[in-house]
Amino acid sequence: MNEFALITSVALSVISASTPLLLAATGELVTEKSGVLNLGVEGMMLVGAIVGFAVTLGTGSAVLGVCAAALAGAAMALVFAVLTLTLLANQVATGLALTIFGIGLSALIGSGYVGQPLQPLPKLAVPGLSTLPVVGPILFGQDALVYLSFAALIAVSWFLRRSHAGLILRAVGDSHDAAHAIGYGVIKVRYLATLFGGAMCGIAGAYFSLAYTPMWAENMTSGRGWIALALVVFATWRPARLLLGAYLFGGITILQLHIQGFGIPVPSQFVSMLPYLATIVVLVAISSDRTRVRLNTPACLGRAFNAAG
Amino acid sequence: MRQDSEAAEPGARGQTPLPAAPLLELDSIVKRFPMTVANDGVSLSIRPGEIHALLGENGAGKSTLVKIIYGVLHPDAGEIRWNGERVSILNPAAARALGIGMVFQHFSVFEALTVAENVALGLNDPQQRKGLRDRIAKISEDYGLKLDPDATVLHLSVGERQRVEIVRCLLQNPKLLIMDEPTSVLTPQEIERLFATLRRLASEGCAILYISHKLEEIRSLCERATILRQGKVVAECDPRQETAKHLAELMIGTALRPPYHLQEESAETAPARLVVDRLSVKSDRAFGVDLDGISFSVAAGEVLGIAGIAGNGQNELMAALSGETAADRAETIVIDGKPAGTLGPAERRERGACFVPEERHGHGAVKDMTLSENALLSAYRTKGLAPGGLINMGSTIRFAAEIIKGFAVRSDGPAAEARSLSGGNLQRFIVGREILQQPGILVVAQPTWGLDAGAAAAIRQALLDLADKGAAVVVISQDLDELIEMADQIAVIANGRLSPPRPVAEVTIEELGLLMGGVAAPLPQERRNAVPA
Repeated sequence: MNEFALITSVALSVISASTPLLLAATGELVTEKSGVLNLGVEGMMLVGAIVGFAVTLGTGSAVLGVCAAALAGAAMALVFAVLTLTLLANQVATGLALTIFGIGLSALIGSGYVGQPLQPLPKLAVPGLSTLPVVGPILFGQDALVYLSFAALIAVSWFLRRSHAGLILRAVGDSHDAAHAIGYGVIKVRYLATLFGGAMCGIAGAYFSLAYTPMWAENMTSGRGWIALALVVFATWRPARLLLGAYLFGGITILQLHIQGFGIPVPSQFVSMLPYLATIVVLVAISSDRTRVRLNTPACLGRAFNAAG
Repeated sequence: MRQDSEAAEPGARGQTPLPAAPLLELDSIVKRFPMTVANDGVSLSIRPGEIHALLGENGAGKSTLVKIIYGVLHPDAGEIRWNGERVSILNPAAARALGIGMVFQHFSVFEALTVAENVALGLNDPQQRKGLRDRIAKISEDYGLKLDPDATVLHLSVGERQRVEIVRCLLQNPKLLIMDEPTSVLTPQEIERLFATLRRLASEGCAILYISHKLEEIRSLCERATILRQGKVVAECDPRQETAKHLAELMIGTALRPPYHLQEESAETAPARLVVDRLSVKSDRAFGVDLDGISFSVAAGEVLGIAGIAGNGQNELMAALSGETAADRAETIVIDGKPAGTLGPAERRERGACFVPEERHGHGAVKDMTLSENALLSAYRTKGLAPGGLINMGSTIRFAAEIIKGFAVRSDGPAAEARSLSGGNLQRFIVGREILQQPGILVVAQPTWGLDAGAAAAIRQALLDLADKGAAVVVISQDLDELIEMADQIAVIANGRLSPPRPVAEVTIEELGLLMGGVAAPLPQERRNAVPA
């Protein structure tokens, strides 16, 4: 039973490390597929984390908290969208600024909430199944956001591959000039995709402050937003690979803790480098096949579109 | 049968009414842009089943007009009537709902998507996606437009990409099909196939508005033509009844002269200025062509034309001649008697060689820089524009202004960004920039690609004038007519090998065609391209 308990606890910790990555990366994937590069993921997550925490604490309702976090993330994304899509500011610079802004804003809002306790997000136990050994708690005893992360990924995957709206979104990311010429509203599509990405990042942030460690601490996402960004590239903009990458990167985060726990003489810093190292390796590997890159990378990623031109 | 007289415009030139009512009528359309009036009271009418040409130079307002018809732009004044009823076309979806389809000049296809997905994006009603693959297959078979619905567009040729757009239009059962410069990127065979499709569509009652500046095409395809110049309709005619020369003159507003070139009797005795001896270069690109033993020699006052189908080593040859890729041995390229094969582009320019690459944006000019900055980039040494490493803005701007004036570049002056110029004007600027450096050797690739007759004639004449002043000129072009018109000697590049250059007067089109297809022609009596000792 001891082995079972260990496996269960490792699996559970991997899931909780991977879920926010998966949520944020799913949102960013949609944003990037429309041709918008929003580097403000970390900032949007932090604002989502503090708003989700504050609303849950104030109202006692985690549902309201998560919704508020999504709205907060979307509001941050709206700032980004207005600056880059309407005012045509540089996307990279604006995204970096959004992250810095989000770190500061969340710290400001959160100054009164540091150290306050909160009930963790309830686990949704499926009666009968959640008590099964190992499989039970892993598959049937998670909180709602874990299930949401999977549902969102499946929905996004279906949306992009099968729906007409998803096709339009991919078209806009592939060639905004052609999409405009055929008569699609490039800017409108990009606004919606950016807002969706922001909302998902907000929820990912809320997962930190409501479930992962149910409390608020300054800068509590500690760079997970950047891993989510790397993850989208790692996945070469494909939802199925995103799942693989999220659990790989989440697993590495946990591995890092266990390596320290077992006293293995590898500096933890090396292990925390692994996600980024893996991303670089994947980037190099996929770049060798240009056709593949062209087919999966949104060709207009990060490029401003001016409808008047 | 249709008559070839004027359209029945209200209050027009008092002609007899026509049997078929007009499908589309434009009445006094005006469209202003901040700097120009693109359409200034343009009227036009098209009847069902008619192939109607819209003819004009670059910047004459053709594209603006069709964008208005397709709902991409909105007119500032004037009226559009569809089947006699006044309509306002708010967006492309509205145009498609009326039955207007459009094939764009720079195809509006999405490379990363499949053919079926690309077609689906052109449908107004997403419900139509059901059974789309079958309908694509059926239409493409009906019209002989072979297409695999599941192929990714990235892997398709230019001609196939155009088919995607045409099929996308045909699925909507269009009553009017607009084709914007459809043949500028097609091979002759592809053009023939396209014309067969268009004729068939017209015979089925679909009207076609065909935009082009290729006069011969219009004469063979269209039964009526509206000619635009500087935003105004200057003439309407039956192009089949007009000569190409007359159409061109209507288009550009002045008489065209055939290019004038001193036929250098002494070309044989004139000193060779550029000698290439057994140049072999391995291509560094994935699908590049290796150059294999290229040899030729160009004398002062001589124009060498290099023909060939795109992708047979022209880009690699241009790079090797300009010094962007250096040769292994210095002796493979000799400029004015001195070996230059291992020199880079700047050093070759110092020795009096100038180059005009094929790609204007990003290679021949930097899009986001001003014209004076672009002038500086290639001429800073030869014109001494940056003495001691500091830019002399005064003389740089003067040089740019000199190019603009000397080559009639339509622009907002030296401070205009290169991107703001039309293709033809930018090409005039680039060619002018190189010619005004008074090069001893000028190598140009596709000098008139995509240009209208007036601009092309001006550029050809400028190149010939340069040769007449004693320069050696090499023209790499896919346009055989252009080479035959300009060149003294002509050679064909096929699969990285160059055929021996021969005097233009001695070769036939058939011979050149065979060479272009990679079929070795019977060798002339001796290898004329052998390097003079």
